[in-house]
Amino acid sequence: MDKQRRKFLKIAGVTALAGIGAPAVVKLTASPVLASSTGKTDAHGVQAEHGSGHGAESAPQGVRLGLLIDMRKLYGHPELLDKATAACNKVHNIPAIDSKKSEIKWIWKTPFANAFTDQTAYHSSKVTKENDFLVLCNHCDEPPCVRVCPTKATYIEKNTGIVSMDYHRCIGCRFCMMGCPYGARSFNWFDPRPYIKELNPDFPTRMRGVVEKCNFCGERLALGQEPACVEAVKEAGAIVFGDLNDPNSEIRQILDKEHTIQRQAALGTKPSVFYIV
Amino acid sequence: MIEKALRGNSNYWMWLAFLGAFIAVGGICYIRQYLFGMGLTGMGRDLSWGLYISQFTFLVGVAAGGLMLVLPYYIHNYKAFGRITILGEFLAIASLVMCLMFIMADIGQPIRGLNMILHPTPNSMLFWDMVVLLGYLTLNVICGWVILTAERKQVKPPKWVYIFVYISIPFAVSIHTVTAMLYCGLPGRHFWLSAITAPRFLASAFAAGPALIVIACLIMKRIAHFDAGKEAINKITTIIMYAAIINAFFVCLEFFVGWYSNIPGHKHSLEYLFFGLEHHGQVYNNLVPFMWSSVLLCFGGLGVFAYMKITKTGSDLMIGLGCAMIFIALWLDKGLGFVMGGLVVNPLDEIVEYYPTANEIAVSLGIWATGIFLVTVLYKIAVKVEHEVEG
Repeated sequence: MDKQRRKFLKIAGVTALAGIGAPAVVKLTASPVLASSTGKTDAHGVQAEHGSGHGAESAPQGVRLGLLIDMRKLYGHPELLDKATAACNKVHNIPAIDSKKSEIKWIWKTPFANAFTDQTAYHSSKVTKENDFLVLCNHCDEPPCVRVCPTKATYIEKNTGIVSMDYHRCIGCRFCMMGCPYGARSFNWFDPRPYIKELNPDFPTRMRGVVEKCNFCGERLALGQEPACVEAVKEAGAIVFGDLNDPNSEIRQILDKEHTIQRQAALGTKPSVFYIV
Repeated sequence: MIEKALRGNSNYWMWLAFLGAFIAVGGICYIRQYLFGMGLTGMGRDLSWGLYISQFTFLVGVAAGGLMLVLPYYIHNYKAFGRITILGEFLAIASLVMCLMFIMADIGQPIRGLNMILHPTPNSMLFWDMVVLLGYLTLNVICGWVILTAERKQVKPPKWVYIFVYISIPFAVSIHTVTAMLYCGLPGRHFWLSAITAPRFLASAFAAGPALIVIACLIMKRIAHFDAGKEAINKITTIIMYAAIINAFFVCLEFFVGWYSNIPGHKHSLEYLFFGLEHHGQVYNNLVPFMWSSVLLCFGGLGVFAYMKITKTGSDLMIGLGCAMIFIALWLDKGLGFVMGGLVVNPLDEIVEYYPTANEIAVSLGIWATGIFLVTVLYKIAVKVEHEVEG
């Protein structure tokens, strides 16, 4: 009991550090070529550049971590999608509950029509029809889940833009699940621990009665590692992670070049996850 | 005054024992749920709100419905309601207790409930709902008790209590408005994302609450020699009629918006509730019989009332029947259809139907029984005081 508590506190401390450490980590994960091209860049330098803009998005402030999924590199490789999911499940002690009613998922695959409900699937291409798409928490800049939570158990981490969960404060009202238009949140309908296949001692398990979801691997960022899903499909280079507010980050370079789409962009949640389809 | 609830005939005690049995079963089922987790309910990842929250929503309406007695009496000085406003206030107390119990039954970590107060979050509508519900409960306890005490002593109620009475009027509106705001401000929940949700809630509340009070009055007339008066009952049934008609009108408007705009998301829930929703060759329609029962009962109830108004007749049985029909219709509409209909299509366009489990139903019945128990005791006190005054 006591030991577990100590272990938790250790992890909690590390996770808290993620806030401080993340900006540096993002730099690490960005391609060194791009990073050196401008010499020293800090995220705040970006503000001035965009300050005069009057587009839909407000002027960027600080670090806002985002994820870009290049589906072109994943088409025809469902095993890569499964690999990303499995890596996440293992790292985060996600229980393997074999029931659609009670399952817990942070990142999973689903057909195009389910992932992008606001896009047409009428006469969609063969590739679109035959492949699944990865979906996860969008770590929105305007997250409805944070807006509705009555205890601030889910909140935006100021230093990273990650939408985080405090499993110890959550009262399990599931209002955030109502608010989330992406179905990204899962609830522990019963004690999940017996369903954890292989326990990762470096990450806390959850108790019954609380909500959980993708945390953009805040705990791994703190240790200078990439998110588990990014690492899992590294060979294909299909998922890029980085600071959306840093014009020199790899993710921004790709966003500037390629046409990307987001899930349910019309709802104004400002998702931080982008797709190339 | 509590002692008045401790004396009664054998029917009174048998009734309380009957309710007590439901409370006991509900309590045991709740303990099971507490020990195992919310997995004992029919709720799941996609349909993560169910019977508990929908009962809560409906009962907030019943609590707010008392306003239809309080407002005419205190603002318009409508004397005929003098004997029964206390019933509205006491019904509100019992309903709010049920609401709070349903919320506690619904949250996954009830022992952390105080986090709502320890970490107040003004941007969450649930926080404001807690504020107005606790506020309205307190106001009704103060007003109900002080006014009844004054009546018993056969003196005028102290002036200061009227301040609370007047505050309680906007509070009654606020509890149901804020409860509607739990639903109508969520992006991506098309059925709920409607500005008419709050007015519709209020309309159905102003029919369901008074309908229950009329039924209680008719029962008490038979068993406790408490006569609310013909004029009062007549006026309440008129109020119920108008409120039920406005509610039906609002539902029709939802249909218009869905079908005329032809936006699928706006139609899905209504299709599921009333006609069955077809998806990948499968039809989902488990609530269709309930919703059509609701429609028939609503118009049937209105028909009964209309007949009585036109022919200027009406036995207690007919009044009771009309009220019961309207009450059940509105319960089916809001206590069942509204929440489940709104959730049947999940954010990933998958369809999930909801079936409450036996355990969940037992807990819900237990909470309802607790509320009825409380209403019985409170009404017993109110009626005894009236009898005492009248000698």
